[in-house]
Amino acid sequence: MGDHHKPSGIKRWLLTTNHKDIGSMYLIFSLVMFLIGGVMALVIRAELMFPGLQLVDPNFFNQMTTVHGLVMVFGAVMPAFVGLANWLIPMMIGAPDMALPRMNNWSFWILPFAFTILISSVITSALGGPSAPNFGWTFYAPLSTTYGPASTDFFIFSVHLMGISSIMGAINVIVTIFNLRAPGMTLMKMPLFVWTWLITAYLLIAVMPVLAGAVTMMLTDRHFGTSFFDAAGGGDPVLFQHIFWFFGHPEVYIMILPSFGVVSSILPTFARKPLFGYSSMVYATASIAFLSFVVWAHHMFTVGMPLAGNLFFMYMTMLIAVPTGVKVFNWVATMWKGSMTFEVPMLFSLAFVILFTIGGLSGLMLAITPVDQQYHDTYFVVAHFHYVLVSGAIFGIIAGVYYWLPKWTGVMFNETLAKWHFWSSVITVNILFFPMHFVGLAGMPRRIPDYALQFADFNFLISLGGFGFGLSQLFLVAVVWQACFKRKGKAVTDQVWESAEGLEWTLPSPAPYHSFTTPPLVK
Amino acid sequence: MQSQYLKVRNQSLLVKLVGISGFMFIFAVLVLPPMYEVLCDLTGLNGKVSLKQFDIGARSGDTAERMITVQFVADVDPKADWAFKPKTRSMKVFIGQTHQTSFFVRNPNREAVITQAIPSVSPAQATLYLKKAQCFCFEQQQLAAGEAKEMGLIFYVDPDIPEHLTTITLAYRLYDITDRMKPSIAETGESEHV
Repeated sequence: MGDHHKPSGIKRWLLTTNHKDIGSMYLIFSLVMFLIGGVMALVIRAELMFPGLQLVDPNFFNQMTTVHGLVMVFGAVMPAFVGLANWLIPMMIGAPDMALPRMNNWSFWILPFAFTILISSVITSALGGPSAPNFGWTFYAPLSTTYGPASTDFFIFSVHLMGISSIMGAINVIVTIFNLRAPGMTLMKMPLFVWTWLITAYLLIAVMPVLAGAVTMMLTDRHFGTSFFDAAGGGDPVLFQHIFWFFGHPEVYIMILPSFGVVSSILPTFARKPLFGYSSMVYATASIAFLSFVVWAHHMFTVGMPLAGNLFFMYMTMLIAVPTGVKVFNWVATMWKGSMTFEVPMLFSLAFVILFTIGGLSGLMLAITPVDQQYHDTYFVVAHFHYVLVSGAIFGIIAGVYYWLPKWTGVMFNETLAKWHFWSSVITVNILFFPMHFVGLAGMPRRIPDYALQFADFNFLISLGGFGFGLSQLFLVAVVWQACFKRKGKAVTDQVWESAEGLEWTLPSPAPYHSFTTPPLVK
Repeated sequence: MQSQYLKVRNQSLLVKLVGISGFMFIFAVLVLPPMYEVLCDLTGLNGKVSLKQFDIGARSGDTAERMITVQFVADVDPKADWAFKPKTRSMKVFIGQTHQTSFFVRNPNREAVITQAIPSVSPAQATLYLKKAQCFCFEQQQLAAGEAKEMGLIFYVDPDIPEHLTTITLAYRLYDITDRMKPSIAETGESEHV
């Protein structure tokens, strides 16, 4: 294999079928989307800094909340996970590359087009053109059908593309894991990151087509005379919510399971103890994935379901706390009496465990039907899902990036800057999201550009936290820039971290262009 | 680089996984909506009343002593400007007896339209017990330019209705379905001229 036969210049990136190249492109793409989505969040926070309407008109505010959500979910979190999977799964299971390299290239290159389509409608709108999608990232009918702006069709097409991309990514992961494991790497010897991604990939191929179906039905309702969601023709808008959340709830776990895997890799390294309860972690992940299909209507406690339905979805939702609790206790037990050190990946993982658990607890509160009927559509919900997504999913991704970055680049990143990144992020993220619990409980509704005067002080504080958190991410950009493009920093050993375990650390640093050309033997 | 054997294994797994996603797409578009429809028909879950006519003769049991308040609400498609209102806003009726009321509608425009009234009952729990022997919602209504008409409704409340329900609301929204019915309006338009 010796020769690295690769074209140079732009063609290298356009035509590459190498899992590391594609992984890097996914990660950089998701960083760009994270910053774009972040700017939209800052527009939201700037408008909400003071009561009254200052900066943007309400319709543009709605476009910001909508596209911020879509960009962060489909553009930042999901591609970042696929990027990590591309880089790490072949290295972790002792494979030379992903199983379907050409499809891998295709699934990445669809994404820039999908998001160009979506974001172009926002740019047009910001320049004074017609409205971008403005119905919330959940695009409930009839807001997105009868009342949707013309750009909704751009949105529909772009969701189709994102769906195709992530289904292909998921298929690639499954085929790689099943067919390319090194001899001796049995399923129950796989690193937990690989396990969580395997389960995530199954969730993806099960529910992304449902999302595609939902937007297809929207499209035919809008233009081809069907009435899936239109009461005038015998349809029902509530059906939209059922179908959306049948996709949407498994989607929530798609966005957190790989982070569970990342944290389960990092904690044992820096606690210098093997992961506590490996097999219970695997079964807990599988149970969470299974339960995610029978809890969707907890997003819809206020649509008027019968008591039996409300109770069923309430109990099922609370049941998810059990496998999730198993995970949290296992992480704590892993660290228990360990020789812990606090390198940057460990700091982010610790913050993950604590802050994700806060998000989980507020989720448990929201699971209780009568309570949810109070909290529904308030900032309490916003606080809840940002705790699990920002300080959960995204902190997990960042922890993973810091953990494996030296392996990817061959140099240790700038640890001082990275620590600045951690401390500024972890402080501001709490200033940003914690007070949202209070204003939410006091009744401040989400997705509204103005609020009652009594929420003014907290919102000012929240906005300060928001700007702080946004600016903190520039440290991340600086660290990644220095490590990847300047290659500044001292060279690292193959193992990088003192007690890191796993096949990826047996490869040289930086990792060679092709991973395991001869499969390693796993004992 | 990949051996032939591996290639075959990869492709067969790929085909299966594409199959799963294809199946899920079809499930979402062709199976879930009808399933939801049937489930709601059976349970009255979404407050959507069946557009089926009930035979008065077949109504169950005797008249109960109990009375119940039935409220009527009428509104129109936000894109339309017809006047549409119930004759009475609220009736206190004996459970099990048939009752009659009506709704007024007027089309102030110069164009004829075809409308469809969609009923909905709240609380949803009462859906299955409010039965209609005759309703303008069973068929589409044509409104000529400037036409006003009174549309009848005959209903009864099933005696099996749970006791804690003392008020039920029957709401109608009148939708413009002229565009959907374009071919048929051409036909009926011609026959009227004859």
